[in-house]
Amino acid sequence: MAVKDNKSNDRKLLNRNLAQMLKGGVIMDVTNAEQAQIAQAAGAVAVMALERVPADIRKEGGVARMSDPKMIAEIQNAVTIPVMAKVRIGHFVEAQILEAIKVDFIDESEVLTPADDAYHIDKTKFATPFVCGARDLGEALRRIAEGASMIRTKGEAGTGNVVEAVKHMRKMRTQIAEVSALPTDQLATYAKEIGAPLELVRQVAKNKALPVVNFAAGGVATPADAALMMQLGADGVFVGSGIFKSSDPKSRAEAIVKAVAYYADPTILAGASYGLGEAMRGVDLDTLTDEQRLAKRGW
Amino acid sequence: MTIGVLGLQGSVAEHIKLIKSVNKKIDAIVVRTIDELATVDGLIIPGGESTTLRILLDEFKLYTPIKARVEAGMPVWGTCAGMILLANRIEGERPYFGLLDIDVKRNAYGRQIDSFVAEGDFAGMYVGMVFIRAPIVTRVGADVEVLAEHEGKAVAVRQGNVLATAFHPELIAKDNRIHKYFCGMVENCK
Repeated sequence: MAVKDNKSNDRKLLNRNLAQMLKGGVIMDVTNAEQAQIAQAAGAVAVMALERVPADIRKEGGVARMSDPKMIAEIQNAVTIPVMAKVRIGHFVEAQILEAIKVDFIDESEVLTPADDAYHIDKTKFATPFVCGARDLGEALRRIAEGASMIRTKGEAGTGNVVEAVKHMRKMRTQIAEVSALPTDQLATYAKEIGAPLELVRQVAKNKALPVVNFAAGGVATPADAALMMQLGADGVFVGSGIFKSSDPKSRAEAIVKAVAYYADPTILAGASYGLGEAMRGVDLDTLTDEQRLAKRGW
Repeated sequence: MTIGVLGLQGSVAEHIKLIKSVNKKIDAIVVRTIDELATVDGLIIPGGESTTLRILLDEFKLYTPIKARVEAGMPVWGTCAGMILLANRIEGERPYFGLLDIDVKRNAYGRQIDSFVAEGDFAGMYVGMVFIRAPIVTRVGADVEVLAEHEGKAVAVRQGNVLATAFHPELIAKDNRIHKYFCGMVENCK
């Protein structure tokens, strides 16, 4: 059967397909070539190149922007796995720059300071795939309509606290179940209520799944956190500050990779959790003000 | 007949679905353990990241039992990362299973922006081919049959019970012909 129909449709599928290849894997935040090599040797399926991990962005404040292309290039040269990098919400020029240096995936991320308070990037204009954060089905489908090839929960990045990621993943699952059970004549109203395009809502109802891969992100710090997200239905896991802010990044990275591959096997999870040293310190979310909550960025 | 899909990482569910669509009598299961491996008549090593797969294969002691089964005649099919793991030589790194007399170069077309789709003949069938950060076969051994080519390079090869494709038939959800071809290999060796 022929697949060749038109170029932009091919691109859309190829980009969703790359996300499928990452399933069951761990994507790790790294800030330099040496960390990228540790991540790859530990079994990461991809790395996210950024100048400061979310925990440091949170601590140091200031405007968080796209990373220096030089630093991204050094990471690209250090590993063979896909390299992702972040742009600010709405900052389509940062995205153009990342496309020019052939980053494999662009994360339009609430972890960086938003550049536009009204519009996300029109991702259909890019050949490079995008991943975007979402707290619920409506937000996920808005991002997919804009051209995202992959979705991740927002969680609450840089806190080492998994509670928000759990909330977002459960919400998504509940809503997918809800929409799948609705009679077709109620789909338009449902689409209006969650602020999502009807066409995509119909697709979700029919397939009982998002049209793209959905990873967990934001607050994953331990092998058990990662396996929890997988058992809740995540296709894979992003780990940001959790690895390189812990006392033994290499062992923790290896342990989280194992935990994601064997997420349903408690004996292996126990082994992976054994003697790992201290996890990142973490933040109690009740101590955060609304402005300090990154998940509230984007809409 | 039961076909296993190595379930450590990558396009596992896609392969399972297509195998199950071939024929009601053929079952497809995820293989993560030695015990599960023992129950299958053929094995698919899916697309994913080959560096991740080889680390997990080592960690969970699957290298030796898989290699022994394939050497004893069990059909195996590697797609993309799976092809890399089966190859006798991998440019710039240590080979893994070394069960297929080809040399490969990883990510040979470039980065994701260079991923592409193509069409061509696969053993007499005209098929779509999805290449995602695909490897290139740089040498084909004398005993290896080339089943498909793209721009003069082998992209599907077979050596006895070992099948490998640089592209991803599992990503074309409506076309199970290459899965049917592999099921035929498994059927014939039973």
